[in-house]
Amino acid sequence: MSFIPGQPVTAVVQRIEIQKLREGDNLILGFSIGGGIDQDASQNPFSEDKADKGIYVTRVSKGGPAEVAGLRIGDKIMQVNGWDMTMVTHDQARKRLTKKKEDVVRLLITRKSLEETVRQSMMQH
Amino acid sequence: MDTDSIHSGYSHHSNRSRGSNKQSERSSRDRHKSHSRDSSSRSDKNVTISASSAQPPQPDQGSAPTDAQDDNWGETTTAVTGTSDHSLSQEDLAGFGKETDGPVEKLNCIRFIPLALTLLLGLLVLVTPLSFLVLPQVLWPERLQACGTACEGLFLSLAFKLLILLLAGWALFVRPTRASLPRIAVFRALLGLLTLLLLLSYWLFFGVRILDSQEENYHGIVQFAVSLVDALLFIHYLAVVLLEIRHLQPCFSLCVVRSTDGETHHYNLGQLSIQRAALVILQHYYKDFSVHNPALLTAAKSRAAKHLAGLKVYNVDGAGSDAATAQSRAKIAAAARQRDTSHNELYYEEAEHDRRVRKRKARLVVAVEEAFTHVRRLQDEEKKKPPGDEMDPREAAQAIFPSMARALQKYLRTTRQQHCHSMDSIQAHLAFCITNNMTPKAFLESYLMAGPTLQYGRECWQTRQWTLVSEASVTSPLHHGSEFQLKSSDFSLVVTSKAIPHLKLSEEYVHPKSHKFVLQLQSETSV
Repeated sequence: MSFIPGQPVTAVVQRIEIQKLREGDNLILGFSIGGGIDQDASQNPFSEDKADKGIYVTRVSKGGPAEVAGLRIGDKIMQVNGWDMTMVTHDQARKRLTKKKEDVVRLLITRKSLEETVRQSMMQH
Repeated sequence: MDTDSIHSGYSHHSNRSRGSNKQSERSSRDRHKSHSRDSSSRSDKNVTISASSAQPPQPDQGSAPTDAQDDNWGETTTAVTGTSDHSLSQEDLAGFGKETDGPVEKLNCIRFIPLALTLLLGLLVLVTPLSFLVLPQVLWPERLQACGTACEGLFLSLAFKLLILLLAGWALFVRPTRASLPRIAVFRALLGLLTLLLLLSYWLFFGVRILDSQEENYHGIVQFAVSLVDALLFIHYLAVVLLEIRHLQPCFSLCVVRSTDGETHHYNLGQLSIQRAALVILQHYYKDFSVHNPALLTAAKSRAAKHLAGLKVYNVDGAGSDAATAQSRAKIAAAARQRDTSHNELYYEEAEHDRRVRKRKARLVVAVEEAFTHVRRLQDEEKKKPPGDEMDPREAAQAIFPSMARALQKYLRTTRQQHCHSMDSIQAHLAFCITNNMTPKAFLESYLMAGPTLQYGRECWQTRQWTLVSEASVTSPLHHGSEFQLKSSDFSLVVTSKAIPHLKLSEEYVHPKSHKFVLQLQSETSV
């Protein structure tokens, strides 16, 4: 997940599809996000590179749709339904996740353990 | 008391005079002073400030002869009632303790030679330009061309420049010498030589070009004289720069350590020769270092004696073997093996001493505060009424002194300061405090803390004779790592110098509008 300015970001990502749960008038996903280009990236406990201003999952509510779908705490969200999440403000990220007209959000997330699993599986062959 | 004899430079006389009675006291004092004059004239190699050792105050009639100083004034002072102010012990003691004040200047001729030379040179400087002007008028007046207003202007400027030169010379050179240094002051000698050289060359030119050829152009002669005075003014400027200004910028930091108790002070000095640096240090010594108290060092000496006396070495195998080193090694080894409990003693002794000092101090503070409540300044309205018990400060001090005398004496004895303060000095200090409306705490402060040497009476700083001990020549300038010692009779000051490092200051410009701030947000939104 290293970031070289000017170069395209490459990462091993996992596709996660979350079905939104209807609670009264709201559609909830069951996790909390932190980060954004308008936030202070140095206080992010989950990022490797403390200059990374991406959107991170800071909390996953137990038994919620996100946990069921496989989202874990500390994951970095790269795309939501095709929209890029690596260079957005916090509010833009929130809006893209909570569109009332969408029932399903398809996330591309990345985490450190993904790279290791890929490397291990490549070494096995 | 024995400690007094350490202080005074010529103390064997004072021991003799102490046992004498009133009649021989004055004659012995005169003898003492004449002795001091002779012996100090012998020692003109030392850095001296001025001579004689003052007479210690005479003992109380009722005190024990061994503890001969005023130590027992606390017990023997009689209380003064309101009516009688002729209590014998106090008045008599005050009379005995009076010393002829004022420093007895040594009539040592060597001290006045530099001043005499300076005055001679000054006279020459004054006379030369005037004689340049006057001699042609006297010797060949008829052949001189009269010169008009230009000459008058030159006369005026000459007069004022000469006046300024004389005033400046008086300000810089004619000052009472603070000390006599072991070697000549190099810069002053050089400047004197330069002035002399200048005057001689001008006289030479005057003699050859003007007197011999009987020059007629008086305007030129006057200009010649004015140029001499200008040159002299520039030499004076050089003198100011060399003697006064050059050493103002600090270059060296000197660390001065007293050898007996390790008290250390640091001073920043400029480029000075070693003897001048020593002089500056001594002037600071009297005001910065606390007074040297030999009574405080006896405990360490007795401990050292105990360490040495503990073991005796006997050579069993016969004489002739390398005795000294073997013995000392054996002693050290045995001492290391021996279970030494002297540290225990020291600890408990010091704890006990601290407790005692604190107890005495508490009693003293209470006694002094109570004594001060008895005295009150007379208000203006009360002055108009018929005078009752009006007293001037000295009498008021004498009136309240007995109530605190005992506590004060006990405290001074416990802290071993009793030889520094005579009863007279304490009463004088008390009168001073009363006059200036000081609180009891202010009065006590000079007894609770050991102050600088200048604070005490003459008895405590009798050694004004110092010896400069240095490996380098004393007129050589200070450099990094130079060391020298200033020895006095009881202790020495060890001085080391370090160069102040070259400081590099760089600047960083901060635009006044560049101070901008952002808020650090840490939002966490649940979706």
